[in-house]
Amino acid sequence: MSTDQMTGAEIILKALADQGVEVVFGYPGGAVLPIYDAFFKQNAIRHILVRQEGGAVHAAEGYARSTGKPGVVLVTSGPGATNAVTGLTDALMDSIPVVCLTGQVATHLIGNDAFQECDTVGITRPCTKHNYLVKDINDLARVIHEAFYVATSGRPGPVVVDLPKDIQLGSGTYVPPKAGKHKSYRPQVKGDIGKIREAVELLVNAKRPLFYSGGGVINSGPNASKLLIDFVKMTGFPITSTLLGLGAYPASDRQFLGMLGMHGTYEANLAMHGCDVMVAVGSRFDDRITGRLDAFAPNSKKIHIDIDPSSINKNVRVDVPIVGDVAHVLEDMIKLWRADTRRPRKEAIDAWWQQIDQWRARDCLRYKASNDIIKPQYALERLYAAIKGRDDAYITTEVGQHQMWAAQFLKFEKPNRWMTSGGLGTMGYGLPAAMGVQVAHPDALVIDVAGEASILMNIQEMSTLAQYRLPVKTFILNNRYMGMVRQWQELLHGGRYSESYMDSLPDFVKLAEAFGAVGLRASKPSEVDDLIKEMIKVKKPVIADIAVDQAENCFPMVPSGAAHNEMILGDEVGEPKARVTDAGLALV
Amino acid sequence: MSEQLRRHTFSVLVDNEAGVLARVIGLFSSRGYNIESLTVAAIDEVANISRITVVASGTEMVIEQIKHQLGRLVPVHKVTDLTMEGPFLARELALVKVAGTGDKRVEALRVADIFRARAVDTSKNSFVFEISGTTEKIDAFIQLMKDLGLVELSRTGVVAISRGAATT
Repeated sequence: MSTDQMTGAEIILKALADQGVEVVFGYPGGAVLPIYDAFFKQNAIRHILVRQEGGAVHAAEGYARSTGKPGVVLVTSGPGATNAVTGLTDALMDSIPVVCLTGQVATHLIGNDAFQECDTVGITRPCTKHNYLVKDINDLARVIHEAFYVATSGRPGPVVVDLPKDIQLGSGTYVPPKAGKHKSYRPQVKGDIGKIREAVELLVNAKRPLFYSGGGVINSGPNASKLLIDFVKMTGFPITSTLLGLGAYPASDRQFLGMLGMHGTYEANLAMHGCDVMVAVGSRFDDRITGRLDAFAPNSKKIHIDIDPSSINKNVRVDVPIVGDVAHVLEDMIKLWRADTRRPRKEAIDAWWQQIDQWRARDCLRYKASNDIIKPQYALERLYAAIKGRDDAYITTEVGQHQMWAAQFLKFEKPNRWMTSGGLGTMGYGLPAAMGVQVAHPDALVIDVAGEASILMNIQEMSTLAQYRLPVKTFILNNRYMGMVRQWQELLHGGRYSESYMDSLPDFVKLAEAFGAVGLRASKPSEVDDLIKEMIKVKKPVIADIAVDQAENCFPMVPSGAAHNEMILGDEVGEPKARVTDAGLALV
Repeated sequence: MSEQLRRHTFSVLVDNEAGVLARVIGLFSSRGYNIESLTVAAIDEVANISRITVVASGTEMVIEQIKHQLGRLVPVHKVTDLTMEGPFLARELALVKVAGTGDKRVEALRVADIFRARAVDTSKNSFVFEISGTTEKIDAFIQLMKDLGLVELSRTGVVAISRGAATT
C-alpha cells in the first residue's frame, strides 16, 4: 500500500480543507461517526453543532449569502437527511450554494431497510441542483471537489453527497481539486454580443425604461453590483428590485424605486406596468413579482439577463434573451452603451421621471401612527434608525408580514446584508440563518426580524447561539397571529380566522433566559427605542418581544390574480374582496 | 403567443451512470411535461455515454423549457431538439402478437408482407411480427391487425438521429 492512503473520513476532511471550507454546520449520528472521529483529530475546520438538521442547512445558507462562499452541512443518514430536505429545497429555490454531506448505511446494506436508512439521493434528487452517492472510495475526493464546483458555478444551488459508512471507514487515495473544465456541466458566462447589442439598441430608444434586478446580481458577486450601479447611474434610468435582490443597488439612491411585486411599492409596480423597455437583471419573473401574467408590463420590450437558460421564457416571453453571468454581460453592455453616441430623448426620460415622482408622492408605505399601540412599521422604522449607516448590520427574516415590512422599511445599501427565504417561503429560516451569518461575521450586528409564529419553528437553535456565544438578536413583531395568514383570511376569506391565532405562546423573555440569552419586551411605542438600544448594546443573544398591533395589514398589496395597477393601498381598503376573482382565489 | 400543442423529438447525450434516467423522468413529472415516448441505451462504452431519445408534446414555451431544463442537468452533455434542427429520422420497433386461424391468419400474413413486417415466431394459431418504421407506420399496422386477431403488443418507443453527415 502506498503511503498516500487515507481513510475515507480523512479524505473527506482533506477535500473540505482544500476547498477552503472553514466551518461545517452539522449534527452527528451513527452513519457519520467516522467523519466525526476525523473531526476530533484536526483543527483546520470548525464544526458548529446545531440542534436540528434543518437548522444546519439554513445556517449554511445564511453563511453562504453573507459571504458569497458555499455553506457546508454534515448530517447523518435517515432522519438526519430527511430533516435537511426543507433547507435544501429553500437553497434550490433561492439559488444558494450549499454542499450537504449525508451519512448513509454501508453499501452492502443499501436497499435492505437498514436502521436509519433512507433513499437520500432519491429523496433529494428534486430538491438539489445535483446529488451523488459515493460507492467507490476512489471516487470520493473527486466527487466532493465536483460537488463544490457544481454548487458554486452557473446558477448556484445545493448539492448532496451521500456517504456510506464503509466508504468513510475504507482506505483510498486522495486527489486534490483539479482545475479545468467539467466533462458535461459548463454554464455559459459570457453573453452573446449580438443580443447585448440588440439590448443597447432598445435602451437608447427607450422612453419609459426600467431596470428590474434580482438575486442573480448578488449571486454574481460584488463586482456585479458595482457594474449594475455604474450602468444605472450612467443611463439615469429608474431601478426596482425583487425581494432577493435588495442591497445590490443602494436603497437610498434617488433612482431606486423600492421593491416591486405583491408587496412592492406603488411607484415600482406602476413603473413596471407602464415601462416600455425593461431590463431584467438576474431575476426570474416569479409569480410574486409578475401578478397576473397577461397584464404584466403589457407594453414593454423585455431584455432578460440570466445565467440559467431555463429561467428565460419560462413565465414571461422576452424579446432579448441574454444567457450569461450578470457581471460579464453588464460589462459588455456598458462598453457598447459607452461606444454608442446616441442617447434616449431627454424629454421622454424627464417626463417618465415626472410620472414616477408623482407615484412616489403617493407615499404608499404610509401607515396610521399610534401613541398607544406599537405599529409593526413603527418598530421597524426605529430599528432602521438605529442601524442606519452601519456597514456591519446583517438582517435575516422569517416568513410572513414581518418579512414584507422588513423589506419595505429597512434600507439596504450593500449586497450580502439581507438574508430571507424568498422562493420557498420557509418559516423558521431566519434564526438559524442569522446564526450562520454570525459565525461568518463574529463581530457584526446580526438581527433576525421575526414573527412570533415563525420563530417557534426553529427556536431550538437558541441553544446553539448560547453554546458558541453568537450574539444574534431576534426582533419579534408579535401580533399573536400568523399575520399573513390572518391578512389573507381577512381580505379573501370573509374574516374567518381559521387556526391562525397563536394561542398559548411562551413568555419570550423567560424563554430567552432559559436559553441563557437576554429577553426584552416592549408593549408601548414609547418603549421601542430603549428596547432597540439595549438589544444592540448587549453582547449576548437577545430575544426582543415587541407586542404590535394585531390587526395591522401589509400594504400595498397586489391581490393574487390581479395586475400591478390593481394594487390595494393601505389607506383605501374598502371592499377588497370585490377585486379578487375566483381564479385569483385559487392562487396562493 | 401560440398555445398550440406541438410534438418534438429530443436527443439527449448523458453520462451512463446510476440515476440519470430517474433525473430525466423526474424532471418531466415534477414540471408536468408530457412524455410520449422515451428510449435509452448506452452508445459509447469507452466514454460511458448513453443516448436518451424523448418525444414530448407541449406549447412552444414548454418545448423550449424542456430543452433548457434537460440541458441544466449535470450529467447531460448535450440536448438536441431534432424537430427544430432540421431533417431527422425517427424509427421504432414493435413486436405484434396476432392469434387466429383460417382466413384471418392468411390475411394477417399478407398485410405483414405489405408492411414489410417479419414473422419472428409462429405457432399453429399465432404469429409474432417484428415491424420497424415510423410511429405512424406502426400505428397503421396495429390498426389493421386489430381486426385480424391482435392479442398483445410491445413497442420500443422512438429512436432518432439527424440526417446527413452532421452529428448531434
